[in-house]
Amino acid sequence: MQYSGLRVIWEGLTGQKGWGPMWRDPAPKTTYDMVIIGGGGHGLSTAYYLAREHGITNIAVLEKGYLGGGNIGRNTTIVRANYFLPGNSEFYSHSLKLWEGLEQDLNYNVMHSQRGLINLFHSDGQRDAFVRRGNAMINQGDDAILLDREGVRRYLPYLDFDNTRFPIYGGLYHPRGGTARHDAVAWGYARGADQRGVDLIQNCEVTGIDIENGRVTGVQTTRGAIRAKKVGIVVAGRSSQVAAMAGMRLPIESHVLQAFVTEGLKPVIDHVVSFGMGHFYISQSDKGGLVFGGDLDFYASYAARGNLPMVEHVMEAGMALMPMIGKAKVLRSWGGIMDMSPDGSPMIDRTHVEGLYLNCGWNYGGFKAVPASGHCFAHLMATDRPHEAATGFRLDRFATGRGLMDEEGTGAQHNLH
Amino acid sequence: MLIPHPILGPRDAQEFVYLGDAALIDRPDGMTAGVEEFHDYLYQRDNPAGVHRELWYHEQGDRSWLVVTRDTVTHEILGAELARDVARARGRSK
Repeated sequence: MQYSGLRVIWEGLTGQKGWGPMWRDPAPKTTYDMVIIGGGGHGLSTAYYLAREHGITNIAVLEKGYLGGGNIGRNTTIVRANYFLPGNSEFYSHSLKLWEGLEQDLNYNVMHSQRGLINLFHSDGQRDAFVRRGNAMINQGDDAILLDREGVRRYLPYLDFDNTRFPIYGGLYHPRGGTARHDAVAWGYARGADQRGVDLIQNCEVTGIDIENGRVTGVQTTRGAIRAKKVGIVVAGRSSQVAAMAGMRLPIESHVLQAFVTEGLKPVIDHVVSFGMGHFYISQSDKGGLVFGGDLDFYASYAARGNLPMVEHVMEAGMALMPMIGKAKVLRSWGGIMDMSPDGSPMIDRTHVEGLYLNCGWNYGGFKAVPASGHCFAHLMATDRPHEAATGFRLDRFATGRGLMDEEGTGAQHNLH
Repeated sequence: MLIPHPILGPRDAQEFVYLGDAALIDRPDGMTAGVEEFHDYLYQRDNPAGVHRELWYHEQGDRSWLVVTRDTVTHEILGAELARDVARARGRSK
């Protein structure tokens, strides 16, 4: 079914009887050309682009829970392309371009809102670093505008500019940055993949990966064995467990990152505001809730919930930056399982097993990457060559030392990101 | 999370800095180990969902290193011992 404004009006006039389910609920077949393990944002977009760009439709997406039940449903919905290092820059630039055409492409309203992202700085040294980052973004073909203190005040008059510890010196404005409705992204990709013949199989946990003579031949699942010529692992925080089924150890630690939303308020924050020194970022959802998050709890975790010290820290940072939010009531908090890599950058690569591919290491920044991650992973799985926007995401870069992408400049070490 | 410090009793986990898997005690010998062994030591992780032995540093306390046994799925802390004792039990001199 095509969605359109006319369709909405027609259904409104005829009792909303014409809407059907957005995707089928098929039983798994015994054989597919390709199997994608993981029905989250990245897995669904991989299946979508395999079908749309490469004409490969005999695919199953295997999801142990329900579609979009992991990090795609647990993030702070920020979309941006403000990366600094080669390898990352071109990839996130590619992703933002896909975002900009996504709704027309999917025929689905993902509520992508390019409301602009402002990263604040608080010292001369930090200003220099942001000038450099802004130039890198412009060189990549994206947009960046350096704002001085008064420039920031024009957009964000409600900040505490004279905070004693972190006075606001200015900000780097990224007008094409913004937010999107996170669940809708998963649903739009799921619907698009399903329409092209992809089987989306829920409540189907992969329990083993079959390998014969160094070549993948299929997977074992809680709903029976499935044979496949190629298998892609796209399971975020669970990457270590699934890769272990193929005898691999990964350079991944799973950590918890918390996020929060307040009760719905009238429009008050028009942009995405990022306060790096306080590890705090915030935007306002279209429902009115203030959506904000902070830093990792900084210990390994699969709990999908964090502890109170980080809650307190995030609230303090928010109050330091914008005291006006102090009376907003927090409605919910939650945590996601982050697949943290040593250098803070992801991997989209082949593995030592023929026909087995890996997409992981998205750290705390996977949401904005969903379109390009799927696009590039589909390209890799279909052609066995990396997409030109994702040549840097090598799994072996920690062994070779070539192409480490340490965006934060802290060193490629696990506990530093 | 409260960490049962073997000397100081229960301490708030916020007083500690987390390093990672307790296997990091077994650093390869720099004179004999190859690049591959060091790569595995520095970067590769078991990353288990469940019981995990891990190194915590009591930075805001007595500056001791502990090996804490903790369930990564529930955050339940099952025990803590001095990393020094663990290392010596594995044959390290200090």
